[in-house]
Amino acid sequence: MGDSICRVGCATGFSGDRADGALPLVRTLVARGGGTLIFETLAERTLALAQLARDENPALGYESQLDDLISPVLSECLSHSIPIIGNFGAANPPAAAARIRELARQQGLPAPRVAVVTGDRLESAEQWAVLRERLGAKLDRADVVSANAYIGAMDIADALRAGAQVVVTGRVADPSLTLAPAIAHHGWSQHDWARLGRASIAGHLLECGAQVSGGYFAIPGLKDVPDLHAVGMPIAEIDRDGGFVVGKADNTGGQVTSRTVKEQLLYEVHDPARYLTPDVIADLSAASVQEMGADRVAVHGVTGHRRPEELKVNVCYRGGWLVEASISYAGLQAEARARLAADIVRKRLAGVLPLRVDLIGAVSILGDDEGRRLAREPDRHREDVRLRVAAVHPDRRTASQVGREVLSLYTCGPAGGGGVRTTLRPRLNMLSCTIPRGQVPTGWYWQEEVA
Amino acid sequence: MKGPIETTPVPLYRLAHCRTGDKGDIANIAVVAWNDDCYGVLLDQLTVARVGEWFEDRAPTCVLRYTLPGLRAFNLVLEGVLDGGVNGALNLDAHGKGLSFLLLEMPVPVPRSLVPGLPEIAVMPMGDGDRR
Repeated sequence: MGDSICRVGCATGFSGDRADGALPLVRTLVARGGGTLIFETLAERTLALAQLARDENPALGYESQLDDLISPVLSECLSHSIPIIGNFGAANPPAAAARIRELARQQGLPAPRVAVVTGDRLESAEQWAVLRERLGAKLDRADVVSANAYIGAMDIADALRAGAQVVVTGRVADPSLTLAPAIAHHGWSQHDWARLGRASIAGHLLECGAQVSGGYFAIPGLKDVPDLHAVGMPIAEIDRDGGFVVGKADNTGGQVTSRTVKEQLLYEVHDPARYLTPDVIADLSAASVQEMGADRVAVHGVTGHRRPEELKVNVCYRGGWLVEASISYAGLQAEARARLAADIVRKRLAGVLPLRVDLIGAVSILGDDEGRRLAREPDRHREDVRLRVAAVHPDRRTASQVGREVLSLYTCGPAGGGGVRTTLRPRLNMLSCTIPRGQVPTGWYWQEEVA
Repeated sequence: MKGPIETTPVPLYRLAHCRTGDKGDIANIAVVAWNDDCYGVLLDQLTVARVGEWFEDRAPTCVLRYTLPGLRAFNLVLEGVLDGGVNGALNLDAHGKGLSFLLLEMPVPVPRSLVPGLPEIAVMPMGDGDRR
């Protein structure tokens, strides 16, 4: 093995992340001697939204920003042998793969070898029987949009070893996107729990993009971050034992420090000794960090244990209609007028549907759906307050009444209400369970040219 | 004769920095001590009972605390505090991203001798237009 270090750069942390993070990463990877570029674009509900798009148009259902993410870096990645891995296939990986080949053709590039990973989508009768057994009658009542298992790194690693230049997946556990190139690079066994655990934690640190390199961190005056407007995306350098150093793209803003790394190590973690992925149970209970110079932090003390027997499944279903309506009050007695407006809407819709009420500028984000905090807080005479009323209901007409009641406050409510905005949109809800991994056969294939 | 150590309350942000994450209806808050002294104080003072009371408006069904001595950090896990979570809550901040900032204002008693060394939010210099 020529290079003892496997470099992985993560260009996006969610669907909707910046598209300009990738190019500085690719240039940094090239300058350091090569690596792999990954895109994480699949939050829990993103896949269900993609499935709805595919239902409308069978050619869609993959990441809607795919062109913007891939186009700026495709040529350099192909010419410098930087493989691209992304879960941007979402609900339609074959269509995303075909689109990437089309983008290459448009740029006059030779046809890339594009692999498609399969198996996350649960659709067989046997799989549904398991879901029915696990979720019970809740599943029968649900108007299901999508059901997917979180699958692991092995098929991606196999595709990379076979020479894939691009690997397109649907639902894959986020850390597996980083683990896969490390397995392919270092030739680890799929039962090498300690190494798999360490590299999975490297993947955990990368999976939210800039959150480890200065994003989601700054508090002016207390935790300042340089050039956050140009925050760089992160890179993990993973050695043959799975140990790793986290850094970021050269010539970018942001920072990688022991503090940014510590915060992200615990992000969305429950028991630090049991971070479950399809590949391994990673254990960061004895982790420590060490600054290795500017924007370079090593993580020590991580290990891993035998992988879980079952895979996590998310089932998304239609969850009725979400309505949100808001109106502003400013100046003299603004908070009192907003509170009166809230009271009026509550009385008008009593017994129709439960409402959530926020007074933005007084009590909103820190409040609760039951309104406990709002009721307890006295009127503090805030002078710039926006009343927001939100509700969800299975019936569209019922939900829309909230918008009408807030709108009518213009003329029937307290003095000086302005700027009503209302939105009404379908909501997606989720059920989760697990499924025995034997019930989820996975694999990969080469995307061929469509004739 | 040794008397009780004199303490004074300071907001948590002077002892630690925090980050919130979410999974379903569960929020976790990573609490990372600024240094060893701060970690020592928090080992005693950042109890699940204290945290549960501080979040009583959110009515947590369970509060867990994991200690990470190698990181001088804690992972607080608060169950049932997100009004159903990102898929069900009506809160504008359905992820509960703001919850760590509520925690950062919690008063924590610290030995008086420790206070002068604790970080404080730097005072922003005023612009020219604000000078009188």
